[in-house]
Amino acid sequence: MSNKAFICRCEDLTREEIEAAIDQGCTTLTELKNQLRLGMGPCQGRGCLTLARRILCEKTGKKPSEVEYPSVRPPEVPVLLGVLATGDED
Amino acid sequence: MINDKADVVIIGGGVNGCSLAYQLAKRGLKVVLCEKRLLCSGATGRCGAGIRQQWSTRENIMLAIQSVRIFEGLEKELGRSIGFRQGGYLIIIHDEKEMKQAECNVSLQRRLGLNVSIIPAERITDVFPIGDVKGMRSIGATFCPTDGHADPFKTTYAYAEAARRYNAKLYEHTEVTGFKVNRRRIEKVFTNKGSIRSSIVVNAAGPHSREVAAMLGVRLPITPLRKEILVTERMRRIFDAMVISFKDGVYFSQQSEGQILGGVPVPDEKPGYYTEPTFRFLVRMAKTLIRYAPVLHQVRVVRQWTGFYDMSPDARPILGEVPEVKGFLQCNGFSGHGFMLSPMVTRMLADYITEGETNDVLEDLSVKRFSEKGGGLVKEASVVG
Repeated sequence: MSNKAFICRCEDLTREEIEAAIDQGCTTLTELKNQLRLGMGPCQGRGCLTLARRILCEKTGKKPSEVEYPSVRPPEVPVLLGVLATGDED
Repeated sequence: MINDKADVVIIGGGVNGCSLAYQLAKRGLKVVLCEKRLLCSGATGRCGAGIRQQWSTRENIMLAIQSVRIFEGLEKELGRSIGFRQGGYLIIIHDEKEMKQAECNVSLQRRLGLNVSIIPAERITDVFPIGDVKGMRSIGATFCPTDGHADPFKTTYAYAEAARRYNAKLYEHTEVTGFKVNRRRIEKVFTNKGSIRSSIVVNAAGPHSREVAAMLGVRLPITPLRKEILVTERMRRIFDAMVISFKDGVYFSQQSEGQILGGVPVPDEKPGYYTEPTFRFLVRMAKTLIRYAPVLHQVRVVRQWTGFYDMSPDARPILGEVPEVKGFLQCNGFSGHGFMLSPMVTRMLADYITEGETNDVLEDLSVKRFSEKGGGLVKEASVVG
């Protein structure tokens, strides 16, 4: 058993990696996303962004309400190309 | 407080702005870069980040070949990973007309020293094993094994980090609001964080370059054009090449992490600052991908987003000084190819700024080409996406 705490399981990001990025100057979730791919896996941030926000708040003294979430991108949930291809282009 | 004096002010924190900041700071100049939002938050951070040398015009081929040479040594030079890999570009040919253009392109590219060849349709699956030659209606392809891809975020951050090591100041959330010009010479740049005295300003603001130039009364023929892109879930490695088609407009490749990323133009896209992703694109891209590689029907789309091409009238970059204002240089109009050309473009601009050294490529890509009478533009034909 490893004692690493994984925050973003899709992208294999540990608490230590997120803390290190904050130490190097990241102050927003968008910067963590751009630097580390936080929340860019299949869950689209559902599992990790709240946890990462908490670490960001702990380390920077920000309130959770002051931390913006990165842009939300469609689709809402992963969709098969085969399903999308049955759609109408117009 | 921001620095109130600089040798050069760069507007725009994308790959070209950051690369130029690095090039100039390394040569000993005092550089200030102003980025309205975050580094990489514009076109660079949204792009497909392919690196292609297969072009139809001499300038683009030369810039791309020299850029690839720089990309090959860049991780070592900057001391940080940029995710560079060379899986080649496979350009699908669909008909005799495209084949003629391909023959013409390949012959010019080979004359300029590029390792590229035309391959028959039956050999496409050697490079792209899940490809359906009939589905993509292909009669052949061109392939250049040294084309490739790099991570746009990692590359831009590596340049930014290296630039800072040479004391360049890169300011985020710093928007340029105006200029002071005296006797047609730039003297000062105004921002929301203060003013910077500088006699040289480089406009690397991507699709927003037109508005930046307009503040100086300079008209740049640049049109922002929305481009859509998607990424799938990850898979084991299936193919290394970027697959593209000029006729279908499609491009896609499998990224280092295993996801497939690509785009296709939506018909009748109007120029302008539209940022909403469309369902129409998802359907069109899904249909095209499955036509090219039927097994992909079982793969899920994870995310879609949009970015911009900064289109110039001939789809070639606009580089160097403008005639109207001394000290005002352009590094824009890349028309979808800014990432791949950035290493050489910024090196040439840095040579021009520090040594006053120009060359025929820089001259050919000056904004003056759009106002010259009788010259006629040479349009880049190999545009995709």
